[in-house]
Amino acid sequence: MNKGLTLQSVCIMRDGAPLIEVDQHIAPGDVLTVMGPSGVGKSTLLAFITGTLPPVFRGMGGIALDGVDITKSPPHKRQVGILFQDDLLFPHMSVGANLAFGMPPGGSKVQRRAAVDAALVDVDLAGYANRDPATLSGGQKARVALVRMLLSDPRALLLDEPFSRLDAELRAQVRALVFRVARERALPVLMVTHDLEDATAADGTVIELESLSRT
Amino acid sequence: MRLSVTTGVVATALSLMIVALIMAAWSGTRAFRFLERLLSPLLSVPHAAAAFGLAFLIAPSGWVARLLSPAITGWDRPPDVLIVQDPLGLAMIAGLVVKEVPFLLLMAIAAMGQAQPRRSILVAQALGYGRITGWLKTVFPRVYAQIRLPIYVVIAYSMSVVDVAVILGPSTPPTLSVQIVKWMSDPDLTMRLTGAAAALVQFALVLGVLAFWFLGERVVAHVGRMWIASGHRGRFGGVGRSFALGLGVCAALPVLLGLASLAVWSVAGFWSFPDVLPDSFSMRTWGRHWGDAFATMGETFLVAGIAVLLALALVLGCLEAEHRSGRQLGQTGVWLLYLPLLVPQTAFLPGLQTLLLSVGADVGVLPVIFAHLVFVLPYVFLSLGDPWRTWDSRTATVAQALGASPNRVFWVVRVPMLIRPILTAMAVGVAVSVGQYLATLLIGGGRVSTLTTEAVALASGGDRRAIGVYALLQTLAALVPFTVALIVPTVLWRNRRGLHE
Repeated sequence: MNKGLTLQSVCIMRDGAPLIEVDQHIAPGDVLTVMGPSGVGKSTLLAFITGTLPPVFRGMGGIALDGVDITKSPPHKRQVGILFQDDLLFPHMSVGANLAFGMPPGGSKVQRRAAVDAALVDVDLAGYANRDPATLSGGQKARVALVRMLLSDPRALLLDEPFSRLDAELRAQVRALVFRVARERALPVLMVTHDLEDATAADGTVIELESLSRT
Repeated sequence: MRLSVTTGVVATALSLMIVALIMAAWSGTRAFRFLERLLSPLLSVPHAAAAFGLAFLIAPSGWVARLLSPAITGWDRPPDVLIVQDPLGLAMIAGLVVKEVPFLLLMAIAAMGQAQPRRSILVAQALGYGRITGWLKTVFPRVYAQIRLPIYVVIAYSMSVVDVAVILGPSTPPTLSVQIVKWMSDPDLTMRLTGAAAALVQFALVLGVLAFWFLGERVVAHVGRMWIASGHRGRFGGVGRSFALGLGVCAALPVLLGLASLAVWSVAGFWSFPDVLPDSFSMRTWGRHWGDAFATMGETFLVAGIAVLLALALVLGCLEAEHRSGRQLGQTGVWLLYLPLLVPQTAFLPGLQTLLLSVGADVGVLPVIFAHLVFVLPYVFLSLGDPWRTWDSRTATVAQALGASPNRVFWVVRVPMLIRPILTAMAVGVAVSVGQYLATLLIGGGRVSTLTTEAVALASGGDRRAIGVYALLQTLAALVPFTVALIVPTVLWRNRRGLHE
């Protein structure tokens, strides 16, 4: 069995013209950084992996997660976690409810609550379960978004310019945290960014995407 | 026939001019934001109630005459002049304008969002244009393209409206649509044939006027381009702004004062002519009508409630399908949605009535609910479509990546986050249903009565106190849902700051 995230001859077409092509394997705990100018279709690649590709695009090739082909699975069955540059916490839920939303069902109320509290302790947010997400600072929100994603038991991690909204100091902190957790959990990580610093910190393979269609 | 055309065209043109001037002079200012907040309540006041209010204001024995008498006019008894129901339909035009200005203004504001007016205005001002001229030359053409369909709706509506025409329009001869309704409900069944023919004429008339308006657009566009190219900077700066503000006030005030007048009449005891207020106040009228009015209100809300819930289910289903399939409703779909608003009611409701009669499905509340649904649906869709589509779809991606099924995303994430626009759309739907006159009258066959049909039926009787009660209740029935839509999300999400921005 081939552990990790495999992108096998993935090619995304728009109006019949190829937009991007990627053929890579990401081992557990490794980070693949995809760089390229904006508009090249980096986020489209992630949408193909999460299964939310808009219908104007057509994706070809295969995606395998731990040896299982997930190319045709519905988005909510893929177990692929994603973080965007915005935290996208659900504004109508408390911090705790946000975390519980992503947890796989099962366990008693008390157990689930304990799991939420423990996860918050891990990112130095002990006792924040009942808070309104809108009252948190940028760094706190980013950490809540990270644990929310981790609690859903993903088997791969996608990062869509996840640090670009944070200021320089926070940015290094959150980035270090994300990469550390991914390594601890042996998650294959695919990050798209236009920031060279992110790529250096990721300490993994870097591929440059260039525009295939408009040359 | 001539009346239908003149009232429709003049009312629409006037409303559009007022809206354009207000937008040109005041959009983006603090006064404008205040006006914006007044819009929803003004918009929800049913046409019939607004028309009654206006009638109570300007009638020979109305508030305006009372205020001026006898000091200025010298009248000590109501003058014998025909102000309301005047043969030219001026009162009717006024009644239509005060209701259509808020509607067009709302549509124009929605359209402004996409036109990025601030930058255009800044550029125009830097080039030495005054505010109004700059706006008219740079922003208005784009806004107009966006609100064209609503304008057509206003034309069709103004030309074929029945309840406003019954209250404010001339009675001998009445407007074509009123005459059609008379023919269709005549005990002599052969008159229905006349009515059916007249309904077709009415339809053709609306089509003709729309075509005429379309040509007019070309002419105005041509003249406008020459005006833009001429480079005239415009002179009416400050005066124009005050004038526009005056117009805005003139459009909003009659509705508010009219409602106040309705309220005073409903509790008036003896009220002799030049007195501004009644001699005494009493709840007698309310006591006398309360029982009936309460039952009617129940029926009104039953019809409105079911129609709105059906409409909401259809709209949410359509929007969610749009989201899941990633395909947007096309141009054809939008026109189809607007169709019930573009075709004059008097042209297709009598036909629907006849059809229901012939299949024997003409009894009870159910057909009325479906007839209401036809009109409620487009408004609910228009009201909810934009907020639904501008929702950040990455939120759905994140939720799905967390393992939530599409249905769970819909119910647990999207609907709660969009509860405010959903409730507002429902309130709009209720207001539309409450205001329906013709659909209730014709399809209900006289057996379903809502506050609107009751109020309009009182128009010919002239019992002002009773009219006051019913028109006020009608307004309340439309306003209360808006209040609920405002309060519920505030209370529900009082600890969630992210939802109040």
